[in-house]
Formats: sequence, C-alpha cells, structure tokens
Amino acid sequence: MASPETGQRLLLQGNEAVVHGALAAGCRFFAGYPITPASEISELLSVMLPKVGGTFIQMEDEIASMGAIIGASLAGVKSMTATSGPGFSLMQENLGYACITEVPCVVVNVMRGGPSTGLPTNVSQGDVLMARWGTHGDHPIIVLAVSSVADCFSITVRAFNLSEKYRVPVILLSDEVVAHTRECVVLPSQDKIRVVDRIAPSVPPEWYKPYADNNRGVPDMASFGEGYRHHVTGLVHDERGYPTQQPKEIESFLMRLHDKITKGFSEIMITKTQMMEDADVCVIAYGCVSRAAMQAIKMARAHGIKAGMLQLITLFPFPRKAVDAALRQCSAAIVPELNLGQMAREINRVNQTGTRVVKYNRIDGQMITPDEILKQILGVS
Amino acid sequence: MVVETEVIRHEYLRHDKKFPHVWCPGCGNGIVLGSLLRAIHELGLPKDDVVVASGIGCSSRLTTYIDFNTLHTTHGRALTFATGVKLAKPRLKVITVMGDGDATAIGGNHFIHAARRNINITAVIINNSTYGMTGGQYSPTTPYGSKSTTSVYGHVEHDFSIAELAVTAGAVFVARGTVYHAAQLDKLLEQAITKRGFSVVEVISNCHVQHGRRNKLGDAVTMITGFRDRAVPVAKAAKMSAEEMRGKFTIGVLCDVDKPVSSEEYDRIRQESCQLPQ
Ligand SMILES: Cc1ncc(C[n+]2csc(CCOP(=O)(O)OP(=O)(O)O)c2C)c(N)n1
Ligand code: SF4
Repeated sequence: MASPETGQRLLLQGNEAVVHGALAAGCRFFAGYPITPASEISELLSVMLPKVGGTFIQMEDEIASMGAIIGASLAGVKSMTATSGPGFSLMQENLGYACITEVPCVVVNVMRGGPSTGLPTNVSQGDVLMARWGTHGDHPIIVLAVSSVADCFSITVRAFNLSEKYRVPVILLSDEVVAHTRECVVLPSQDKIRVVDRIAPSVPPEWYKPYADNNRGVPDMASFGEGYRHHVTGLVHDERGYPTQQPKEIESFLMRLHDKITKGFSEIMITKTQMMEDADVCVIAYGCVSRAAMQAIKMARAHGIKAGMLQLITLFPFPRKAVDAALRQCSAAIVPELNLGQMAREINRVNQTGTRVVKYNRIDGQMITPDEILKQILGVS
Repeated sequence: MVVETEVIRHEYLRHDKKFPHVWCPGCGNGIVLGSLLRAIHELGLPKDDVVVASGIGCSSRLTTYIDFNTLHTTHGRALTFATGVKLAKPRLKVITVMGDGDATAIGGNHFIHAARRNINITAVIINNSTYGMTGGQYSPTTPYGSKSTTSVYGHVEHDFSIAELAVTAGAVFVARGTVYHAAQLDKLLEQAITKRGFSVVEVISNCHVQHGRRNKLGDAVTMITGFRDRAVPVAKAAKMSAEEMRGKFTIGVLCDVDKPVSSEEYDRIRQESCQLPQ
C-alpha cells in the first residue's frame, strides 16, 4: 500500500471503503435497493457516481438491481450492486444468468443474521455457502471475504479485477461489523492501483464468436453497440451464443465455465498467514472474526503457545492448498465462525491428515471475542 | 412489396442461426417479428445501435432470430436488463419484447416501475392470453371463465388490460394493436420507438395451439380474423357505450403525453455534479 505521501489518509467505515475501492477499480454503474447493513454503499455511490460520469439507480427490488447491473456490464460499463441476506436471496436467479452468460459484475453482500428478515442490525457469517451455491445448477463463482476497512478497499478492487479477467460474477462478503467499523486507512493514489479490464475482441465483427474457447478459457467480450452484434442468452449456448441441445456442445461449454476458474487458481485463491512459521495450533478464520482471532493468537503466544493464523480471503473456489498446508503443519485447527460451521465443513472435507478441527460458533448476533478463541486454543494445547 | 420483404429478411434475420424457429405454424409471434423489423427498417436505425431484450416464453424467443445486439434474459426481467443497458450507454435504442405472463405476472413489478420511471425504452408485449411456452396455463390476461391447463373448470379470476395498466403506471406512449392489423402495427411500433420516454405497444396475438384449442376459438386464421371483428379504433370506441363495447377492445394510440425522461434528467445531474468539488 502506498505511503501517506502518495496516497490519501482517511477515516472510513467499511461500507465507504467498498465505495472507494469500486470507484478506483473503474466501477461506473450501480443499481441497488435499500437494506441494512448495506445501505451506506448505495447512499455514497448515489453522490459519487455522477461526479465521475457514472450512473446510480435505485431499482424496485434486488431482482431488478441484479438485472440492471448485468445489462450495464453488457453495455461495457463495470457494475456493482450491494445488499444483505434477504436481497441476496432475491438476486440468485439473475446471478446464475451472469455466470452462464459470463458477464463481469460484483455483488456485495453485507451479511446480517438470518434466516429470513432475521437480525437486520446484527453481525453474522451465515451466507457463506449460499454465496457459493445460492443459484441453481453447477456454476462457477468467486467468493471473497473482507475483514477490515483496508480490505474493503483493496479486496473490492481485486473483486472487480478478477470479475473482468475471468468474466465471472464475484461475490464480496462483508459483514455488519466490518461494514460499520471506522478505521483509519491510507488509500493509494490511482496510478498505484492495478486495474484489469475485460479483453475486447481484436478480430473483425464478422469473425467474432462470442463464446469461442481460447487458451485462457475466457472468450473476448464485445460490448453492445460496438459493431459486434451478438446474442446473449441464459440458455446453454454454442460458441456463437445460440441455444444448443447438442450433448457435445453442452458439455464442452459447461466444462469451460469451470475450467477457466481452475486455470486461474493460483491468482484467485487469496489467503494470508501470520505467525505460522513455527505454529503448532492454527486458527482458520475470515471476515470480522479473523480480527478477534489475530488478537487471540497474540494472547496465546504470550502464554507460550505456538499459535498461528490462516486468514481466508478467497472462500470459493475453496483455497484447498493453503488449508491443506496449515492442517499438515499443525496438530489442531480452530475454526471460529458466526454460523454453525459452514467453512469448518469445507475444511473438514479436505482434511486428510486427521488433524483435529475444532469448530467454535456463535449465532446469537454477537461477535466472537478474542477471549473465547483463546479458550479454544488453550483447550487443544 | 415482395422485393422489400426480401430486403428486410436478408438484412435483419440471422443467417448463421439454425432455422427453423421454435414457433408453431400460424403463431402470431412471427407477425410481430415482421412488424418490428419493418418499423426499424423504416426508421433507418443502424443495426449496431439497436438492442432488443426479451424475457422467457415463446414470444421472448424472438430475439434469437434478429440481427441486432440481442439479450434473452430471465423470466419477467427483460426491462431490468434493458434499464441497465440504456443507462450505461444512452445512445443505444433499447426495445424489449415480452409475453403477457412475462411482462405482467412475474415481471409486473418491473413493468409498472419502468413506466413510472420513464426511461427511454420501448416495451412490446405480445398478449396471447396464456402461458404458451409452458403448455397453456392461465396468465394475467386469460379471460374470466376461460379454460386453460390450470383452469379446466373455467377461470375464476379476472384479467388485466395491459395497455390501460401502462397508462395508469405513467407510460408516456401507449398503443394497442393486433396481429391482424399488421400495417397499423408497423406504424404503432415506429411511433413507440421514436417516442422519447417509456413507450408500450400491446399486441393482441393468437396462441391457437394452447389457448385457442382449449376454448374452441378455431385455428390460427379464425383467431386472427376474429381480432379484426373485435377491435375498435380508439376514436370510434369513445362514441360507443359500455354495452356496445362488450367483448371488444380498442386499438390505436391510447396515450401520448410528454414528461421529463429520467435517463435524460440524470444526464443533467451528471453534468452538474462533475463541476462540483470531488
Ligand atoms: C422463474 C421462472 N419461472 C417459471 C418459468 C417457466 N416459464 C417459462 S415460459 C413461461 C410463461 C411464458 O408465458 P408468456 O410470458 O405469456 O409468453 P408466451 O410463451 O405465451 O409467449 C413460464 C412460466 C421460468 N422460465 N422461470
Ligand atoms: S405455443 Fe402458442 S404462443 Fe407458443 S409458439 Fe405455439 S402458438 Fe405460439
């Protein structure tokens, strides 16, 4: 991150930092529907977007918001929506549409307690598996989790970059605590920020096949109105974009959608380790809980316990390699979550070493404290 | 006329698309497709600047066959995608094609809000009084008492009048045509596409295979000529009593007013706020 000299030092709330990140990444279209605890993202973008020549619109619901951002992206404008649980549920059908039509877009879900209207103003991590599997059918998707105001800026930029590069919707999971916490952050100046844009076709329009495979597995993307007239449909389609029922075409198309993500694993899987060099016990955490976990690890170290931290920023595709390495190294792993163990289940799924995986869960709308995590660490040491 | 049809067919249909299309022989959807192409041709719109978005249904398959920027979206949501396209690239001409179920059942909320919002989009709604694609269940425009696969005892609900709904919701241009009155439909579509703001054209069409067959309305030709007998021009209808209008419907322009267009208003806000300190 840039120094205060080159960047901008600001006291921001997580939701505000998401807005700054989105604008820095080139987002120029936002459609949303008010919902706690995500509304600040809409409010700030309604002020900021017109100033940079972009567009803000409040739609009639989240289904419409999701449709509008896909439309805008097809017209060549980077776009985003932001919501919380109930709205995220409504977005699922159109989210699947973005997956199958390979339309880049970013969906921020500031998690609150569920199910249903649940706990509108309380923190939760209950939507983790929904972010992965919420829309129907086997589909590729990228899910990232933010844990700090600084993350809200930098990971939002990453979300846009991955979405553009792989032509896949990216879900940015924030939570009520990260969203509403104010922290001092240094935002890098624009020229220090890496911004990735979708690749436009270089062939003449009459040669353009909008869904043809290439060595990246990601077809070049033409925007509407640039001379590359083509068809976009949520039906399974051939490389020209027309509906197909041919088993061969169906399979090769759907496999490409998954393979393009597999090809990018090394870039897509973002994790962070701290104090892991000599660790014997690790805490695997994400989102706001990783902040409490880090504090607990420092406290454990003061007790002479070799504790370390694996923070997951990418939740899906599941960062198997990093989790596997931590499980192989440590005799026990603590997985604290504000749900009933959604990621712990994934971690157990890849656990081949027999390492003890200890879940620690809260679903009462309250944060997990460092003391609680410390107790778990002490329990396995 | 024959030469003109050849030109339009050549110019606007996709030749790399595997024909035949999915529609039943005699389905009114093809007539609407022809009208839409003639209207666009007559207006001389460059193909690259036209976006046609549709939902899901037999009628919404229309976008597959025509050579523009086409967007076959999810059921009922065409207008939401169209809103994003139009706001992101205002220079594009954005037209949506939807069925009656698509636009007024699952997409009803988007429809009334698009009308209220008044963005420069044209909505063409092909009203065949049923859910054709899923096998003829009742839709919001299935008449009271009619049979459908989900109202075999006769429909107990009442139907929407799509065009009147659009007027009430605030659309600045609303017209109704039929697949019998194809020449008039060409003109109504031209007017709608040219209109600044949200314009709606409801097209009364036939699904003789589902709705027609179950209600003994005859074959495609019988159903389509039936529209000739039941359609009353707006001006004439104004002089007729409710009793005289029973079983009939109006065709022509129902509403043509001017209102600030929100997409253009937003452009002004953009220009003004660009001057403000960042
Ligand atoms: C969310 C969702 N629900 C249901 C369907 C199934 N479905 C496909 S087409 C259709 C009805 C189409 O009827 P209409 O819009 O009147 O068009 P038509 O086929 O008559 O032209 C339905 C219910 C769907 N595709 N998506
Ligand atoms: S089922 Fe009805 S609406 Fe669908 S193509 Fe056949 S006639 Fe047309």
